[in-house]
Amino acid sequence: MTMHGMRGLSVFISDIRNCQNKEQERLRIDKELGNVRNRFKNEKGLTPYEKKKYVWKMLYIFMLGYDVDFGHMEAVSLISAPKYPEKQVGYIVTSCLLNENHDFLRLAINTVRNDIVGRNETFQCLALTMVGNIGGRDFAESLAPDVQKLLLSSSCRPLVRKKAALCLLRLYRKNPDVVNVDGWADRMAQLLDERDLGVLTSSMSLFVALVSNNHEAYWSCLPKCVKILERLARNQDVPQEYTYYGIPSPWLQVKTMRALQYFPAIEDPNTRRTLFEVLQRILMGTDVVKNVNKNNASHAVLFEALALVMHLDAEKEMMSQCVALLGKFIAVREPNIRYLGLENMTRMLMVTDVQDIIKRHQAQIITSLKDPDVSIRRRALDLLYGMCDVTNAKDIVEELLQYLSSADFTMREELSLKAAILAEKFAPDLSWYVDVILQLIDKAGDFISDDIWFRVVQFVTNNDDLQPYAAAKVKEYIDKPAVHETMVKVSAYILGEYSHLLARRPGCSPIEIFSILHEKLPTVSTTTIPILLSAYAKILMHTQPPDQELQSQIWAIFNKYESCIDAEIQQRAVEYLALCQKGASLMDILAEMPKFPERKSSLIKRAEYSEADTAEQSAIKLRAQQQTSNALVVTDQHPANGETSPVPVGQLSLVKVPRMITTENDTSTDQALSQQNGALSKVDPQPPSADLLSDILGPLAIEGPPDATVQYEHNAVSGLEGGSEAVDGSAIVAVEEQTNAVQPIGNIAERFHALCLKDSGVLYEDPYIQIGIKAEWRGHNGRLVLFLGNKNTAPLVSVQAIILPPAHLKMELSLVPDAIPPRAQVKWVKINRKLFCFIR
Amino acid sequence: MGIRFILMVNKQGQTRLAQYYEWLTLEERRALEGEIVRKCLARNEQQCSFVEHRNYKIVYRRYASLFFLVGVDNDENELAILEFIHLLVETMDRHFGNVCELDIMFHLEKAHFMLDEMVMNGSVVETSKANILSPIQLMEKAS
Repeated sequence: MTMHGMRGLSVFISDIRNCQNKEQERLRIDKELGNVRNRFKNEKGLTPYEKKKYVWKMLYIFMLGYDVDFGHMEAVSLISAPKYPEKQVGYIVTSCLLNENHDFLRLAINTVRNDIVGRNETFQCLALTMVGNIGGRDFAESLAPDVQKLLLSSSCRPLVRKKAALCLLRLYRKNPDVVNVDGWADRMAQLLDERDLGVLTSSMSLFVALVSNNHEAYWSCLPKCVKILERLARNQDVPQEYTYYGIPSPWLQVKTMRALQYFPAIEDPNTRRTLFEVLQRILMGTDVVKNVNKNNASHAVLFEALALVMHLDAEKEMMSQCVALLGKFIAVREPNIRYLGLENMTRMLMVTDVQDIIKRHQAQIITSLKDPDVSIRRRALDLLYGMCDVTNAKDIVEELLQYLSSADFTMREELSLKAAILAEKFAPDLSWYVDVILQLIDKAGDFISDDIWFRVVQFVTNNDDLQPYAAAKVKEYIDKPAVHETMVKVSAYILGEYSHLLARRPGCSPIEIFSILHEKLPTVSTTTIPILLSAYAKILMHTQPPDQELQSQIWAIFNKYESCIDAEIQQRAVEYLALCQKGASLMDILAEMPKFPERKSSLIKRAEYSEADTAEQSAIKLRAQQQTSNALVVTDQHPANGETSPVPVGQLSLVKVPRMITTENDTSTDQALSQQNGALSKVDPQPPSADLLSDILGPLAIEGPPDATVQYEHNAVSGLEGGSEAVDGSAIVAVEEQTNAVQPIGNIAERFHALCLKDSGVLYEDPYIQIGIKAEWRGHNGRLVLFLGNKNTAPLVSVQAIILPPAHLKMELSLVPDAIPPRAQVKWVKINRKLFCFIR
Repeated sequence: MGIRFILMVNKQGQTRLAQYYEWLTLEERRALEGEIVRKCLARNEQQCSFVEHRNYKIVYRRYASLFFLVGVDNDENELAILEFIHLLVETMDRHFGNVCELDIMFHLEKAHFMLDEMVMNGSVVETSKANILSPIQLMEKAS
């Protein structure tokens, strides 16, 4: 196995090392590649030793970044070599060069299987390692039973069993069916009784994966985990070799605590007490020591303990200890600890409402925003975003704005997006909001997406009082000599619509406004010019009777652009000119823009990026789905990591899926609202201010059951109980084992009314599910199809829907599918018949 | 998944060891390694050891001329990984005796083998140096 024998390889490596530059390196490598390729072609002359040498060279070249597109066959063939050295090379290089999608790999399955079931331990280890690293579905199917057997057999040495555990984990991830959950609960418990810490470490990883998908089955393992943690924390029976700088296997401790975070609560009081003792000792007993490694290790354990305490959320006292610790950490000199302090504080926001305590540290957090380290700045930004609420929003947004001028470019976009979202959500009054957005555009125009200024325009349009203010403000900005293009767009739009409101003020006569805008025209691109043209037309429209001077100037411009190459500009110029010449009737044609319908801010969507593709759902995400706190929720730490749903959970109300009563008599609608049997509970609509997270498909609701598109997820849908409870506005009902804090979007009562007159539309929506109805009526028969749309990217399972039949209707229900796949809709049909027709 | 990849890259950007636990094509790897090394090189001692990159994190540590970079999921315990890097270095040190970059270059096989004993499919297997090194030592004796 030693490389001393492979002189050729050493020489090759030295040669590469001695190359002076990239060119030489490439030459040398190409030469070698050619050489190896030739040798491989003449198969007959290749001894296993030589094959080994060349395969290593290939790996080396590949690692340096040069493509190696041949020789995979040889690497795989080495796996079947009889002797250990060659076999080892085959396995290692194969796992580096190939992946599960390579066809060659399948050829090796048989050999690998032989190695796994064979007696030779070292071969078993090699095989298990390779399968564990790159095994795919086919491996899963053929090898899973053998690997399982190895894992559970007591005659196998720990050396093999620990690898078998992780190998099984891989196979499970590839094909979850291989681990039959029912059988496994006991086996897992057995595995957790293991003394050997090596096997325990890998079994724990396996456990974490199994539990993250389904913790129900593994309750029996919970006390064992606590016992393991206790053993480690008290340093009982931990061999010296597993002690790292005096700390008993910090990695196993961390893993165990991670596993515990997947269980929602601990029932057994004894177990709970033991666990809390352990945690308390960790929280109180972790001191800062000189030795960096020991320090880091003990703090690694501490931070995980913090996460676990947050999850358990049991005792107020412990929680405040945690926050106190975190408060200390974010001010420490050591940057790693500061970073982690900020990160964990952000996580705390989502779990419990310790917001007030966290706010005490606001000043420190704001200082961190300006930290020289970009990672820390990012964390601080996330934390500020998360802890923002009505009381501190103004301060925080203003800090963000101030920081924007000095922020580095990578952060500016995120910063401006978040500032815009916060400004919208927590604006004490709308004029402040307009100020903030205009400042944003002024300072960081390049990073302001169009969504942001569209949104501000929406608000201004919808609020009459805001219009003169916005117009004046915008004029101030555009008076400046150098203005960002986005600002020009916004100004053009707003001044076009509303500058007539300012007409009496000095410097604001139509012709002055026009000339200010027109000055900017040469500086803007073709996307802005159409907006400017519209603005001119509107200005003209508002000055009736027309000012001749203004009119001729504007007409001249329209004339000029009539022959513009850009189709949009040309069209607008031509049409506006024609319209303007119609005189007074222009007023009707170019009337003020109507108000926009309520729409959800698309900004919030933008604050989310693609999801992380972790193999198991993190405990944090699962927790976020179960949260019931009143705090502002930020489900992930930074935008690149998946779904953020800053849902202001104001009132927690139970919402039942309303039952559709025949629409023959309208009076029944009122009954429906107050009826007790499964009727619609009146959900308090949120304050109808413009910053509502309202229906993203609002406009579409009119059309009919929408195609399900993007949105958010939850586990237990349609929180229905066998509805005998009278519903009051703030009842919280546990559905299954989770508390369902579902905030409906929009006004359900309105929708219900609308649907009494229309045949189709959206009936109910919350961040997790959207329910649309399509109804057909013929005579005494009615057919209602409910479209249940899953707004998210994970499937909704255990879907239940209960409809309590009213006395005067006979209903037939089709089966509700048990699970709704991500971002999809399922249909559920309900047929009503009036009772008196039952004779048919 | 936990750990996504482990890299040892020197200050000139040459990769000395690369172990990926999720498959990336060669171009992606080259791009990734280049980007990350640049980010880490630009940082100084006063800054923390964690860099956020795309939708995951890099935990890194510098030992003489060599950077050890570990890419992890966002919810992984960062300090634990940081110390794991140290454990890896200590293990190699015990085996090679005062390990340096050259040792890794010329004994890539052993380095890979050691790493395989410690991490599998992105999860930590073994943290006891004795247990990690014993198979390797046995093999050396046998050959």
